[in-house]
Amino acid sequence: MITFLTLLPLAGGLLVLVVGRSRVVARSLALLVALASLAIALAIWHGFNPAASGFQYEVLRNWAPSLGMSYHVGVDGLGVLMLVLSGMVVLMSLAASWKNEKHGSLYLALVLFLECGLFGTFTALNFVHWFIYWEVSLIPAFFLVRLYGGPNRNRASTQFFLYTMVGSIALLLAFLALYLATGTFDFVDLARLAQHGQLAAAFANLHWGLGPPAIGEALFWAAFLGFAVKTPVVPFHTWLPATYAEAPSETTMLLTGAMSKMGIYGFLRILLPIFPQEMQHALTPLLWLAVATIVLPAFAAWYQKDLKRTFAYSSVNHLGYCILGVCAAAKFTGADAALAQEKSAALTGVLLQIFSHALTAAALFWFLTLLERRAGSRGINDFGGLRKVVPVFSGLMGIAIFASLGLPGLNGFPGEFLIFKGSFPLVTWPTAISVLGLLMTAVFLLAVIQKVFSGPVNPRWQAMPDLTAAERLAFIPVIALMFLIGLYPQIITGMIHSTIAQWIATLTPGVTL
Amino acid sequence: MTDLHLWLIPLVPVAGFLVNGLFGRKFPKALVTTVAIIAAAVPMLQVADIALRFSSLAKPYIESHGTWIAAGALHANFAFQLDQLSMVMLCVVTGVGFLIHVYSIGYMAHEEGYWRFFAYMNLFLFFMLVLVLSANFLLMFVGWEGVGLASYLLIGFYYTRDSAANAGKKAFLYNRVGDVGFLLAMFLLIAHFGTLNFADVFAAIGANPSLHGGILTVIGLLLLLGACGKSAQIPLYVWLPDAMEGPTPVSALIHAATMVTAGVYMIARAHIIYDRSATALLAVAAIGTATAFFAATMGMMQTDIKRVLAYSTVSQLGYMFLGCGVAAYSAGIFHLVTHAFFKALLFLAAGSVIHALGGEQDMRVMGGLRRKIPVTFWTMTAAVFAISGFPPLCGFVSKDEILYQAFVSPTPAGKVLWAIGLFTAGLTSFYMFRLWYMTFFGESRAVAHEEEAAIHARHDTKLAIEAEHTHPVHESPKSMLVPMIILAILCVIAGAMGWPEGLGGNNWISHFLAPAVSGAHLQYEQARVAIATGAVHAAGENQSPAPAKNLEIILAVLSTLVALSGWYVAHLMYYKRRDLPARLTARFRAVYALIFNKYWVDEIYGALVIAPVLFIARWVLAALVDRGVIDGGGLLAGYTAQGFGSLAARIQSGNIRAYAGWLAACAALLLVAVYFGWTTHFGIH
Repeated sequence: MITFLTLLPLAGGLLVLVVGRSRVVARSLALLVALASLAIALAIWHGFNPAASGFQYEVLRNWAPSLGMSYHVGVDGLGVLMLVLSGMVVLMSLAASWKNEKHGSLYLALVLFLECGLFGTFTALNFVHWFIYWEVSLIPAFFLVRLYGGPNRNRASTQFFLYTMVGSIALLLAFLALYLATGTFDFVDLARLAQHGQLAAAFANLHWGLGPPAIGEALFWAAFLGFAVKTPVVPFHTWLPATYAEAPSETTMLLTGAMSKMGIYGFLRILLPIFPQEMQHALTPLLWLAVATIVLPAFAAWYQKDLKRTFAYSSVNHLGYCILGVCAAAKFTGADAALAQEKSAALTGVLLQIFSHALTAAALFWFLTLLERRAGSRGINDFGGLRKVVPVFSGLMGIAIFASLGLPGLNGFPGEFLIFKGSFPLVTWPTAISVLGLLMTAVFLLAVIQKVFSGPVNPRWQAMPDLTAAERLAFIPVIALMFLIGLYPQIITGMIHSTIAQWIATLTPGVTL
Repeated sequence: MTDLHLWLIPLVPVAGFLVNGLFGRKFPKALVTTVAIIAAAVPMLQVADIALRFSSLAKPYIESHGTWIAAGALHANFAFQLDQLSMVMLCVVTGVGFLIHVYSIGYMAHEEGYWRFFAYMNLFLFFMLVLVLSANFLLMFVGWEGVGLASYLLIGFYYTRDSAANAGKKAFLYNRVGDVGFLLAMFLLIAHFGTLNFADVFAAIGANPSLHGGILTVIGLLLLLGACGKSAQIPLYVWLPDAMEGPTPVSALIHAATMVTAGVYMIARAHIIYDRSATALLAVAAIGTATAFFAATMGMMQTDIKRVLAYSTVSQLGYMFLGCGVAAYSAGIFHLVTHAFFKALLFLAAGSVIHALGGEQDMRVMGGLRRKIPVTFWTMTAAVFAISGFPPLCGFVSKDEILYQAFVSPTPAGKVLWAIGLFTAGLTSFYMFRLWYMTFFGESRAVAHEEEAAIHARHDTKLAIEAEHTHPVHESPKSMLVPMIILAILCVIAGAMGWPEGLGGNNWISHFLAPAVSGAHLQYEQARVAIATGAVHAAGENQSPAPAKNLEIILAVLSTLVALSGWYVAHLMYYKRRDLPARLTARFRAVYALIFNKYWVDEIYGALVIAPVLFIARWVLAALVDRGVIDGGGLLAGYTAQGFGSLAARIQSGNIRAYAGWLAACAALLLVAVYFGWTTHFGIH
């Protein structure tokens, strides 16, 4: 099922390339493939047993066992959430591209290739093919920016590629060392070794002239670099604003909605289970990096002149909450059951936030797509009074902005609340400072509303058309989902409950929730 | 009580919001009105029904409708709670809310966006009702944020005006500062009590008599920060005067009668926390008293009729904080109720004046309106006398109760707080009669004004619309006058609810509220724990008033005299000798400038907080975070190019071969490593 799901967009993309002479056929086909992928992802979600622990839909084929390679896929609560998220964001992005004449069959095929990479990354449980998917998703993303981006696309795409490549190399080297030490590339095996303390012993096999703890820490930081660039964590974020701004907005939807989640996914799937001790040792610097990732971009977003850059920084800020939650959960707490509960809350919040941010950020960049297409401009000071001209557009985007701002009742609040609630007793001061991020988020988001939607009507946009009936129809499920998650977060937390319980069990041995 | 279906109370207004919000644009005006009024009337009727059946509750009635957010031990439910405190709040919110909805039919009749206005008003009612009905801090926070949102939307109702858009943003952000305090307080509550349910938190505190100060002080102060944001207290009050950019009914409902009192409600709700922390309690009293005084001084100098009332609201909210701060929560809540009546009426009457003058808000061009709009004049007169503290009107009773409680409070600061409060009562009387005289007495300056109506079209879009009609000064329609008359009657009679025992009454409201807010009847406590904080021993409520009878009479006479003297000074300056104000300002120029410029607080905040933050964001962070994009990225690109030689150079050139090469290199690296791994690793074993 998972293999089929992963290969479907790949095949679909190739088919789009083959038959894609006519844009009408190509875009219909691409949308169909994306719909089918989402449907399968939802079927997996539906068939997933949330009460059972461990991986489901698991496939394990020995490939080259002597080399530690096997084809190993499966999903737990995190994986199934990521599948639905990827399917959803890709569908939204393709819907946003629907009317973009520049996006021909190659563009659509690249998006589908990217979807293949996403599905693969979120289901692979063996490093070798996981890494292939990880890299494979990068290449279509690169070309989407390079071929379809704004005026500075060459520079931006190169920077994007170089940064993520450096991260990837570090990650690769770390895993090669892990393999040399243990003889396996399998995430599940590695996590088991780490849990039983055998990983550190295995490092002695490396004969590097360093003690096992030092090796462990070096490998941790190398792997961290890979995910820190992808997420990104400040100060490894500098590729992001340029890339998000230069990419076509439809592609930015993919970058922020789905690809940024690959980084957080790495934190949860790899760093937390395989390097728990190393994370505990590095907790203080990690926490302050998380705080910096929350607070600094919120300030930076404030003085941006380009709406896409504003929301790009906003995206960094929102993912910072996830990093904070993960780091708090990594803290060593001994056998304290109450604090283990808090870790569970923080990680639940992280997963909620991942999904909710994907939804909100993709929606916001979708609105920017439409705005840019109507106005040909996206400077924050170029607008004014749009509420009067395009009330429906303004109202719906307003809802998305307030969701991003964390208004209770919308999707942003439950995740952020749980992250803070869980992190606060674990790491009080970094959390307290991070709460200031909430304040700054409000500052720059309200500034956007004010400059774009309020004030005197800018005569340039007097004739701007409001959302068409089709566009309104397309946004109904998006907005409805924002309210659904805001009011009934159990729809997600119910799926991830036992996965998180299992994580907690490995993080805090001896405590049962 | 059996099933009360409390959930219906907020549900009906939100239905009204959805109907008008989604389809109102295409509805005829009458349909919009019908939907909105029904959405405001049904909850009022339901509340009235509940109130009539309400006899007494030993412990709160709680109904729960499923879990909202659950994680670990925390289960925050969609749970509603009815006790004496929420009963009183419900009556105020639905009653005054309904009257102001009716008033708005007339006031907003000529506005573009009529449907939008009523949709937002219904939305506000929904969130306000959630706020007062919620049975836990988290759901209360939903209402708390939601009323902020509704307020933001309604302040910015005339959104094409920059000043309105700015004011809305300012209100939301100052509230957000307070929300940080509220959130942190919630995290602390969860960390220490594992729950956010009022009943459970308060029971946990009650069951632990040794818990004093410490963490409760921190929680109390953080909640106070939240309350200062919502209720416009020092240091976060500056948003409220600007909020007057909203239409006048909004000012009456949200920025006078209901939303801004949420902070007082929250402190009364959480009184068990404050009972256990003398420090937090004193902070409440001190902030309230200071705000009452400073806001009153600023109110004396305003010339915009709505801004006078705005500062007055800030000042009166300060009194409510003072009441709570001396642990006389029921006195604070009683003043909240009477204030809802007289301040809503003052705003509605001011709106009627503005309506009559075609949008003018500057008192300097009013005057002589007494005979032209008599109903407005007489209703406003009732409110002016009420707020100024003339017996037996409601404002006198509730304010006097607060001052009395401050006086007899065992806190050492009690007498000081009382003295400042008393002096402020004089200032209140002065600025209210100043408004009264400038608006309704003297020669009519409005006649000349009418001709200039078009020139003054800067104040209000109302003006521009009504200037076209250029009808003479006219009394408002019935839909506006009837709510005003009802409120005026309430101003006169509502004092009976809390007529003090010392003056021959029975202080009914204090006894009614006692089960919910009296420190001596901690209904949540499992064991009856004496509150032995000493300094904050629940002052008053259940102490026998007999020995204090004479004292209460003396204090009441004193405060009446103060109110009279305020009236006298205003009479002198703004009726008898009109030249006095100018001469006095010339004489005391420095003081005048200080107060006229509102102590430059906005400017000081700008210079001390906003400018440095902006500076850091603009220059320091720009260099570190944003410029890093170009420089850091360029540097890294350079290094990489050197390090990886021609491969990186080809990657930068961006052709496909380079990527094939990159993938091949990765694959090769993998293979080599695997080979080494195979030989070394398995060689060893």
